Amino acid sequence: MSVLPNKQEKVTLDTFMRGLWEENPVFVMLLGLCPVLAVTNSTMNAIAMGLATLFVLVASSTLVSLLRKMIPKQVRIATYIIIIATFVTIVDYVIQAISLDLYNALGAFIQLIVVNCVILGRAEAYASKQKLGAAVVNAFGMGTGFTIALLCLGTVRELLGAGTILGVQIFSSNFEPWVVMILPPGGFFVLGAWLLLFDYLKQRKEQKLLSAEGAVANGS
Amino acid sequence: MDPDSLIFIFLNAALINNFVLALFLGLCPFLGVSAKRETAWNMGLATMFVMLVSSISAYGINWVLVKFEIEFLRLICYIAVIASAVQLVEMTVKKFSPGLFRALGIFLPLITTNCAILGLALFQTFREYDFFQSLAFSSGAGVGFTIALMLMAGLREKLALAKLPSVSQGAAMSLMLAGLLSLAFMGFAGLGGSHA
Repeated sequence: MSVLPNKQEKVTLDTFMRGLWEENPVFVMLLGLCPVLAVTNSTMNAIAMGLATLFVLVASSTLVSLLRKMIPKQVRIATYIIIIATFVTIVDYVIQAISLDLYNALGAFIQLIVVNCVILGRAEAYASKQKLGAAVVNAFGMGTGFTIALLCLGTVRELLGAGTILGVQIFSSNFEPWVVMILPPGGFFVLGAWLLLFDYLKQRKEQKLLSAEGAVANGS
Repeated sequence: MDPDSLIFIFLNAALINNFVLALFLGLCPFLGVSAKRETAWNMGLATMFVMLVSSISAYGINWVLVKFEIEFLRLICYIAVIASAVQLVEMTVKKFSPGLFRALGIFLPLITTNCAILGLALFQTFREYDFFQSLAFSSGAGVGFTIALMLMAGLREKLALAKLPSVSQGAAMSLMLAGLLSLAFMGFAGLGGSHA
């Protein structure tokens, strides 16, 4: 964590952007993997899950940040979990009211947002120490990063597994769908492949930096 | 096989719809503590025990909630009960078996945030299992979790000796391995079809 404990952070663009790339909850910190793998067999589910998590994350960060001076240290984790569970219950009933199909597709995973470690991690490591503004902006960044990661998986899995994106046919009818991508193993494979890609890019960047330094050293 | 029979519920939770490899529940400990077989075994045992305790308590709580028609409090009650069940287990183990307590270490309190436990309580409520079905379901889930964890730990111990390209070390490789394991577990679907 780049932020020192108990130090108030000024709200900058970086507060938001960090969640998207540098500290992306899924690709960099490997948090909250259960919903990432379980509901990304179609793009629609991925978007819905991402938005639901974003809402719970922002709402619970707001409340935790506002109450940070009132919550006793000893029972803070229990308090955070109760706050999170309250917002998850709200989301659960709202999704049920908007679209029953979506509710059935996501199943128990809406309620399982309670134990998503991204949210509890933000409450404990950030919102409980920062002022309201920073906490909300940071939660927005993290939630957006989480949604983007879900989209990365959802689009790839739906495209390869069914030849569609958001139900729109992309490949011609000659395309034989890779059914395994929609099934559970596909989730593991696609996330593994994304991580491989990011690791490869990171390694190449480091090597470039090294060789650039080497060239400077040789030239002087 | 009769889908409501106890033995089917047990096998279904343990193998056909394995909690980790088919339903993606409890991935954090699955990736986190599967580096060594011994810790994996201890973690599996502790999780199995908490699953049994919280499944029984969830059954009781749901009965009370339905009686007073306050089901919207289910999620909050379940998570509070699981947290206290873990605390209770921790204190009991510490009092009666300090050796086991030391062996489990930090993994014991971390079970609270294992989504397999809350998932188990929610699934048994959605499927309206009776008391004995809940017991069979939770022991099956615990056994399945332990099997998955042990298999993964065995694979990773072997993998540590293998020569890998430097880019594929770490989490990416573990996920690929988990994908292959999950593919293998899909073979169990022939036992009775999935109805997750």
